[in-house]
Amino acid sequence: MSEPVLEVRGLTFTYSDGTRALSGVDLAVGPGERLAIIGQNGSGKSTLVRHFNGLLRATDGQVDVAGQPVGRRHVAELARTVGISFQNPDRQIFAGSVRAEVGFGPRNLGLRGKELDTAVRSALEMVGLADELETNPYDLGYSRRKLLSIASVLAMGTAVVVLDEPTTGQDARGVATIEAIVARLHAEGRTVIAISHDLRFVAEAFERVVVMRQGRVILDGPPDQVFAEESWPALRSTNLEPPYAARFGARLGLGSTATEASVVAALAGRRDRG
Amino acid sequence: MSLELHDVSYRYAGAAEPSLRRVTLRLERGEVLGVVGPNGAGKSTLGLVAVGLAPATIGGRLGGRVSIDGMVTSGKHQHELAVRAGILFQQPEAQLSGSAPTVWEEVAFGPRNLGLPLDDVIARAWTAIDDLAIGHLVERDPGRLSGGQAQLVALASVLALRPAYLILDEPTSQLDPEGATLVGAAIQRAAERTGAGVLLVEHRTDLIERLCHRAALLVEGALRIVGPATEVLAESDLDEAGVGPPSAVRLRRAIEGAGIAWRAEWRA
Repeated sequence: MSEPVLEVRGLTFTYSDGTRALSGVDLAVGPGERLAIIGQNGSGKSTLVRHFNGLLRATDGQVDVAGQPVGRRHVAELARTVGISFQNPDRQIFAGSVRAEVGFGPRNLGLRGKELDTAVRSALEMVGLADELETNPYDLGYSRRKLLSIASVLAMGTAVVVLDEPTTGQDARGVATIEAIVARLHAEGRTVIAISHDLRFVAEAFERVVVMRQGRVILDGPPDQVFAEESWPALRSTNLEPPYAARFGARLGLGSTATEASVVAALAGRRDRG
Repeated sequence: MSLELHDVSYRYAGAAEPSLRRVTLRLERGEVLGVVGPNGAGKSTLGLVAVGLAPATIGGRLGGRVSIDGMVTSGKHQHELAVRAGILFQQPEAQLSGSAPTVWEEVAFGPRNLGLPLDDVIARAWTAIDDLAIGHLVERDPGRLSGGQAQLVALASVLALRPAYLILDEPTSQLDPEGATLVGAAIQRAAERTGAGVLLVEHRTDLIERLCHRAALLVEGALRIVGPATEVLAESDLDEAGVGPPSAVRLRRAIEGAGIAWRAEWRA
């Protein structure tokens, strides 16, 4: 892997009420990587990503962003590198129009005029809301407010984009839109990190999966490895059920097949061998 | 005994177009009926109309007839309807009373308003709390819960009413897999043990496939297909409507799409 864009070493975090949310997390993420973080509620996923842009500061251990410790950097400066779209769009949305909402971030980064307009429009095109520039965000339904909150982060043009539960409340078209965003960010060399409970989405759209349990990383690897039969006891220890394609492949003795494409490839190989 | 929508159309106050168009649907006691459809198809509206909140509370114009166990809902008071049909809204914040200082009182709020003896109120509240494994939250302020916790508390408060019909609008949208499993089990218990009819509005077709006897596809306010869940979920109309089929159906299509013949023994 080239120089990591994010590097976490021995990260421990304890909330002020004494709850320990992270216990010695090590993680290095390269430029352009597509990483999904999965685990039960309360396993530390959201706490972990909040360290990437300085919203939370480590109780112990170190977090480096673009080669520099976050401890010495200001939140506003980190925001140029790491953008986070939160789980609940209503805790993020505040402006009176879609245009103003999406323009807020890039404007704070100093964009004006045509540059600002282009950033806003291109982000809204990616989420399919280009026709809603003057709409009040609260006239949009929940699933479209969620897409709007994602557009606000995309418009910042950050090297790292973090999406917390992006597919919640989305229908099949919404999920396909988000899969396309992940693919496009990857093609542009930007890093995408998503927290998700939707394991099919995770297996199909990401090249690396990190599984968390009680503040620790218990599995870390490509989907075919993390969802392979050997990992099922670890997954099930934290109430995660492997995606259907993985269970199907195991039942037919196809080896590890986390995605639909890998099931098809394994079946085709078996047929060609006779 | 059933909840029936007969030729029902509904238009929100001030809306140019109806949100439901001539929907005829029957939900039996003890049945779990899944409703799928793209965002904006009218699924949530169907739930509001089925329990009588639309038009009684939010206005709008209703055509056709909604009846619960033979009682036509039109013109009835909300308290007469609430004991018969309960609804879980998509957003739990919209559900919580806002007046209960603790989760326990939030869940007990409904049964207490039914005028039940105190022992019954307590028993119903605890049964719902235990079913959804939220006993550790009972002392908490309902306004300070995570999205997933609030969704479980809101569902518990509806289950505690023990209505004959339950309308659940995306009850697992904010839950992790463990929470979704608990909700699935609670839905099955409500249908099997207490004989409730459950209308489940849900994007996750894997969940519909697992829990529902029948399924209905709603598109642009109209019912497109109603039938046995496994059959409806395998219809190609679903994809065209923007509804993702269950994982098993998707995988089979990917296999057949690659020119590999499907074998019956591959079915789970």
